[in-house]
Amino acid sequence: MRLEAIPAPALSRRIGLPVLALVATVVVASVLARVAGADPFATLGLIVTGAFGSKFAALETLNRATPLIFTGLAVAVAFRAKLWNIGAEAQLYAGAIVAVLLGTGALAAPWVLPVSMLVAMLAGALVLLGPVMLKTRLGVDEVVTTLLLNFVMLLFVSYLLEGPLKDPMGMGWPKSPALVKEARLPRIATGLRLHWGFALALIAALGVWLIQARTTLGFEMRAVGANPAAARFAGMPVNGVLVKTALLSGGLAALAGWSEVAGLKGHLSSDLSPGFGYTGIIVAMLALLHPLGVVVSALFVAAIFVGSDSMSRAAGVPTYIADMLLATALLFMVLALALTRYRVVWK
Amino acid sequence: MTELWDILISVSFWAAAIRIASPLILATMGELICERAGVLNLGIEGIMVFGAFSGWLSVYLGAPLWLGVLAALLSGMGFGLLHAVLVVPFGLSQHVVGLGITMLATSGSYFAYRLALPEVTSPPKIEPFAPLPIPLLSDLPLIGPALFAQTALTYLAFAVAAAVALVLYRTPLGLALRAAGENPAAVEAQGLSVTALRIGAVMVGSGLMAVGGAFLTLSAFSSFFFEMINGRGWICIALVVFGAWRPGKAVLGALLFAAFDALQIRLQQTPLGAHLPYQLFLMAPYLLSILALILMSRRAEVPAALMVPYNKGER
Repeated sequence: MRLEAIPAPALSRRIGLPVLALVATVVVASVLARVAGADPFATLGLIVTGAFGSKFAALETLNRATPLIFTGLAVAVAFRAKLWNIGAEAQLYAGAIVAVLLGTGALAAPWVLPVSMLVAMLAGALVLLGPVMLKTRLGVDEVVTTLLLNFVMLLFVSYLLEGPLKDPMGMGWPKSPALVKEARLPRIATGLRLHWGFALALIAALGVWLIQARTTLGFEMRAVGANPAAARFAGMPVNGVLVKTALLSGGLAALAGWSEVAGLKGHLSSDLSPGFGYTGIIVAMLALLHPLGVVVSALFVAAIFVGSDSMSRAAGVPTYIADMLLATALLFMVLALALTRYRVVWK
Repeated sequence: MTELWDILISVSFWAAAIRIASPLILATMGELICERAGVLNLGIEGIMVFGAFSGWLSVYLGAPLWLGVLAALLSGMGFGLLHAVLVVPFGLSQHVVGLGITMLATSGSYFAYRLALPEVTSPPKIEPFAPLPIPLLSDLPLIGPALFAQTALTYLAFAVAAAVALVLYRTPLGLALRAAGENPAAVEAQGLSVTALRIGAVMVGSGLMAVGGAFLTLSAFSSFFFEMINGRGWICIALVVFGAWRPGKAVLGALLFAAFDALQIRLQQTPLGAHLPYQLFLMAPYLLSILALILMSRRAEVPAALMVPYNKGER
């Protein structure tokens, strides 16, 4: 077999194949539920009602989507420029550490939120800057360095939580002291269990979209991603563009950790993120790397996680079904995308 | 300083270094085969998890140990086939598909573990491979017990590395495989199928990664627990680069790495270790891998067609 490019894919092909990918994922979900000894339709129904069935569930889904929008944006921005940032997890924790460092009394009231947010972004950007400098200066592959830094960062967080940032009142648990009230992101409405981090994530998505669609930097990022040699030939500072991309991507990922600490948890512990950084890759790919699409796909991914947790308690299907479904959806989706642009010729 | 010396002349240190190196050698050879044929396999981390799980589960359910190794090998080849079909004929992003395979294989192992053992709180143990001292050789001072009193899987790891080197550099198949990673058009001109060579390489390579994972459950720890691979797969990818895509150098890299790892575990027990946070020692393997990548960055001879999809008739 070989692939033949389709010059102008029909709309039916461009929409039909991704839809088919989602249908195939649902089929896989049904098979997994059956393997686990549960009724497939009931299981799928429980996932949907678990994610959206009540006001509490829906707000839980929105809360879970918040860090995923940030990490999804971080990955989308980087992948668009073919910068393989697999280290969103580490950058997320950098932001979370800053939220604690500046939010436990170090800064006074009116400034603490904006300053700690900006410093958090800076910290996340710096964590990614190292691997990117190694890539642009020495040609060291950033995939492996960003992946390895995730493990280093988690150990660093564990050290902080057992040492300098340990809560003296924590009954021996490795967690940080609680943030002061002024350092907490308020709820969007009183009585509503949803914090301003979600609104901030929507603003970030809009901001990234504006940068990509309306600025020279956005154009350069796409050009570098599409063809670095051509971009260099056209006189673009390819390495400079990669560094700027890294700063933006690392900063966005840091906001995920910052808003989880400042908005949701109120303190830092080493289980702050159940892999939000890695899940951001799925979020970004399902969104076809489009910043506004990231919002939709983050909601979808969050719904699968929240719904599966609730379904697992009711139907006894292990909650890891969520991760399996998302990995399956990712693989089906990249295949579907390739098949919109190429047709398979057998000979 | 005397403590360091005491560690370096102890048999247990060298035996540990060889033991720690074994799964890394298996998985590094697996990744090396894939990359020499032109395919990056980021599924390695998840495939190692699945190999550790499937090998362990088979033995836990009553299969003999070698059948567990076979189960791991076959499951790894299955994931390899999936990766290869998506990235070779369809030419999908090797980064994205590889990470997807890692997520799928990891969550698949955890899902199946929970299904097989719903009520278990502490991971059940199996009877692992016992040390197999080689007569005469294991009586040599220092290197005898370190090198020749290991388990069968360790000997297998070194045998696999020798076989990979032999096949890559001394057989027509190895030549074709290396050419598929350097100049696929030339392979096709010889009437060979680049697609078939690459798919085969990724399947065999992924099988070896899974056996590397199974080493941990069948020879080292005797039970399966979550997060047990803990980045070893990513470290193996760094070791391939450090070894400049050559089996011999990659084995040396794995041994060097394992020696440092064995050393940091022992340094934690010394007075020096008591003064430093233990997390610093645990960070060492990852930092060391990054350092290795930096050191080799200028000298690496990357296969020319690595990550370049080959589409017949397209230039």
